[in-house]
Amino acid sequence: MEELLKNYQSVAEEHAIHWIKVGQTNDFPANAGACVKYKSKQVAVYHFTRTNSWYACQNLCPHKMEMVLSRGMTGDSQGIPKVACPLHKKTFSLENGSNLNGEEYSIATYPVRIQEGNVYIGFAD
Amino acid sequence: MKKVIVIGNGMVGYKFCEKLATHPLRDEFEITVFGEESRPAYDRVHLSEYFSLDSADKLLLATREWYAENGITLRTGEMITDIENESKRVFTHKHDYFEYDYLVLATGSSCFVPNIKGVDKPGVFIYRTIEDLDAIKDYAQKLKNDGKFKASVLGGGLLGLEAANAAKELGMQTDVVEFAPRLMPRQLDKAASDMLQRKIESLGMKIHLGKNSQEIIGEEGIEKINFTDETSLQTDMLIISAGIRPRDELAVKCGLKTGERGGVYVNNKMETSDPAIYAIGEVALYNNGIYGLVAPGYEMAGVAVEQITGGEKLMSPSIDMSTQLKLVGTEVASFGDPFIENDEVTAIVYENKQRGVYKRINIAKDGSKLLGGIMVGDSSDYNTLFQLYINAMKLPENPEDLILGSRGGESKSALGSVLDLPDTAQICSCEAVSKGTICDSITSGSCCSFSDVVKSTKASSSCGGCKPMVTDLVKETLKSMGQEVKETICEHFEYSRQEMYDLVKLQSIMDFDEALDRHGKGHGCETCKPVLASIFASIYMETANRQAPIQDSNDRFLANIQRNGTYSVVPRVPGGEITPEKLMVLGQVAKKYDLYTKITGGQRIDLFGAQLHELPMIWKELIDAGFESGHAYGKSLRTVKSCVGSTWCRYGLHDSVSFAIRIEERYKGLRSPHKLKGGVSGCIRECAEARGKDFGVIAVEGGWNLFVCGNGGATPKHAILLAEKLDDETCIKYLDRFLVYYIRTAAPLQRTAPWLEKLEGGIDYLKKVVVEDSLGIGEELEAEMEELVQRYACEWKEAIEDPQMMKRFKPFVNSDETDDSLVFVPMRDQKMPRPW
Repeated sequence: MEELLKNYQSVAEEHAIHWIKVGQTNDFPANAGACVKYKSKQVAVYHFTRTNSWYACQNLCPHKMEMVLSRGMTGDSQGIPKVACPLHKKTFSLENGSNLNGEEYSIATYPVRIQEGNVYIGFAD
Repeated sequence: MKKVIVIGNGMVGYKFCEKLATHPLRDEFEITVFGEESRPAYDRVHLSEYFSLDSADKLLLATREWYAENGITLRTGEMITDIENESKRVFTHKHDYFEYDYLVLATGSSCFVPNIKGVDKPGVFIYRTIEDLDAIKDYAQKLKNDGKFKASVLGGGLLGLEAANAAKELGMQTDVVEFAPRLMPRQLDKAASDMLQRKIESLGMKIHLGKNSQEIIGEEGIEKINFTDETSLQTDMLIISAGIRPRDELAVKCGLKTGERGGVYVNNKMETSDPAIYAIGEVALYNNGIYGLVAPGYEMAGVAVEQITGGEKLMSPSIDMSTQLKLVGTEVASFGDPFIENDEVTAIVYENKQRGVYKRINIAKDGSKLLGGIMVGDSSDYNTLFQLYINAMKLPENPEDLILGSRGGESKSALGSVLDLPDTAQICSCEAVSKGTICDSITSGSCCSFSDVVKSTKASSSCGGCKPMVTDLVKETLKSMGQEVKETICEHFEYSRQEMYDLVKLQSIMDFDEALDRHGKGHGCETCKPVLASIFASIYMETANRQAPIQDSNDRFLANIQRNGTYSVVPRVPGGEITPEKLMVLGQVAKKYDLYTKITGGQRIDLFGAQLHELPMIWKELIDAGFESGHAYGKSLRTVKSCVGSTWCRYGLHDSVSFAIRIEERYKGLRSPHKLKGGVSGCIRECAEARGKDFGVIAVEGGWNLFVCGNGGATPKHAILLAEKLDDETCIKYLDRFLVYYIRTAAPLQRTAPWLEKLEGGIDYLKKVVVEDSLGIGEELEAEMEELVQRYACEWKEAIEDPQMMKRFKPFVNSDETDDSLVFVPMRDQKMPRPW
């Protein structure tokens, strides 16, 4: 289990080495998530249309270690964009991956860029 | 600065620190706490929950950081071995010493281990600390690996039953052995004990009363206990939880006055025979008694803090031992003098063996006041009764109403309004918070919600038993100040569900973004999105496909997500009637996609373990065979369960299957504030369990009786009779009206039973609206339902026919791979997810 989690480390935009094209913007649902694959990683991608912001994070929910976050509902809490896990409604900030229910575990987030209608995610590996 | 040393970091020792840390004169004291356990103080009251929690940390009363932030030196894993009164010093087991000006003994108690031969054998445990629980857990695991499952608990008191519950949670087959002729001898009378025993034994545990243990037999591990009456009990482990003994050895050693049967003598200032030394909690002998409850311990901590800081607060002259708790899943409460029997007292007893409820109240003969009582199986009246008792308040004319409820007329609390309580009434006995304190915190303007009040007064922060009463107080106080307590959906919409329902309808709002633009803010969230989705569905009968992203996660994928993120599939089987051909199709599909198959409680078949991308393929096959979505994933009509009825059953009066199918076909796909279940029974034997449903129809001579607002689940409620002897058409008419009225007015995720409870006027009012059409909206409600019925479409059929909608079932946007991370394990010829 620990091994699975180690596979996901947050990447700050300035530390991204590889920008991977994962699809076109219209491949992704509005105000919801979808999943992409990069090497052995599953990454959830979200498009918030009201602010036209894009976010990416691990698909793995650290609470019960299941690949489900891309299927969670999105929204905001006091302005912080978040996703709620579909299994037990644990919520995580999409800005920094922190848990918004006051629990210890958090998730890794990845930078997203949109260029010419394409969606790119930044990885450090 | 004065030096305060606290010996003991249990619940009461911690409470002392908490109170001193927030005292205005805090800065004049330097506080050091010694705890012999490795962890900071934790919640021993909820110890048996340790097995179901992920970690011990959740039981902690405060983190180490809290002690640091409050300038308290916490020394855990360190034991004080000596007190030197003259030089005012304490010595640790490492031979370090520390000086004090005030010393507080909060050493608590240890488990009383009776002197039985063989008590030192491996397999015998005590139940007191987290370490004890860890040892019990490890040993139980070892036993289970060897195919041994028998555990016994010595002690049928409060702690013993807690321990028994813990052993049961570990999967052990558990027996309880008690010396006294009844369970919880200090709190319960014989009849209450019998009721509790029945409840506990119905869960598979066994109780042995009046047993005096003589010897524990066994070589490598224990095998059995022999009793003095020459019977014996086979067991693979024994947990002792048969009472407490005060930890007074330090006090004895340094010459403090102690009781003959243990405990450090204290006066009403909590001073021991040495005025620089205080004793609080279970080690303190006050009024010739040792008190093993949290509330008196907390009060003692408060008194000691006041005394040390120069205050004048004294301990109450008599200690209230009232208690309310849940034991092995059963509510138990006891207050005042539960047993009192003399010429001045009348006991009123209510016993219902079918429901497993026993209540007793002891009342002064002249009916003037309540002296004590007992409750088993249902302690929901405890707070009210306790307040009547402790404040010696006037009783209603018919005191039996206190435990039976007022029969006839509208039900009303025996207390009237919570605001009628005197200001001095103690609402939270753990934290000693009075009604006055709670109300003042609101009227002074410093608090304006339940959570504010908890934060500021600490009421309800410990055991939580007074939560309903605090909630009522907050509501009523706000109301009395002219502030309506508004139940808004969430931070994004400042409206209740009913208000949003009306807004959407009146303004013809068509989608979530429009609703957010016009009446909300932000992006929305997992609370308001499904609420709005439900409103759109109830008004426009739109399926979950049109606005998939705002649907709750199950609705978004039209299936029920299960443990490992795979889904289960439940096709509709109206009324539970299915042809052999269709049954075979379900079997073939399950086999083809390797799905775990189980019959549901709603008379249909659940197919588990489907991956996201498999859902459309599975549904294609099911739809081709004539199946439709069963909406098992939605807050919507689930099933209308039926018994076989008059077509086959020799008792049946009417054709319950046909009527159930008609009703289910009519309301299928209907979305509502919460799930809806129905049932139709062909006679009063009620094999369809229709009264456990949101609506139930039962055949009687001359038509159908219609019952509404029942449910199973966590708080089971029997449905209540709405109308009698109806023909088919009238029954459907009333159902239409009832359902639309519920859908319009209920709060989010409020099922019909709690909705009716909150409905002003209750069932009588509902009868007026539905049957007598007192609001004149009957036809409107029927027309609304008719339109919803006409607009029904199977959302799975819709989904698989539209490529755009199908996109959501693709596991990865950038790859055609499927998720390879799933692991299943075999179970009884089928499969299940790898356990968490």
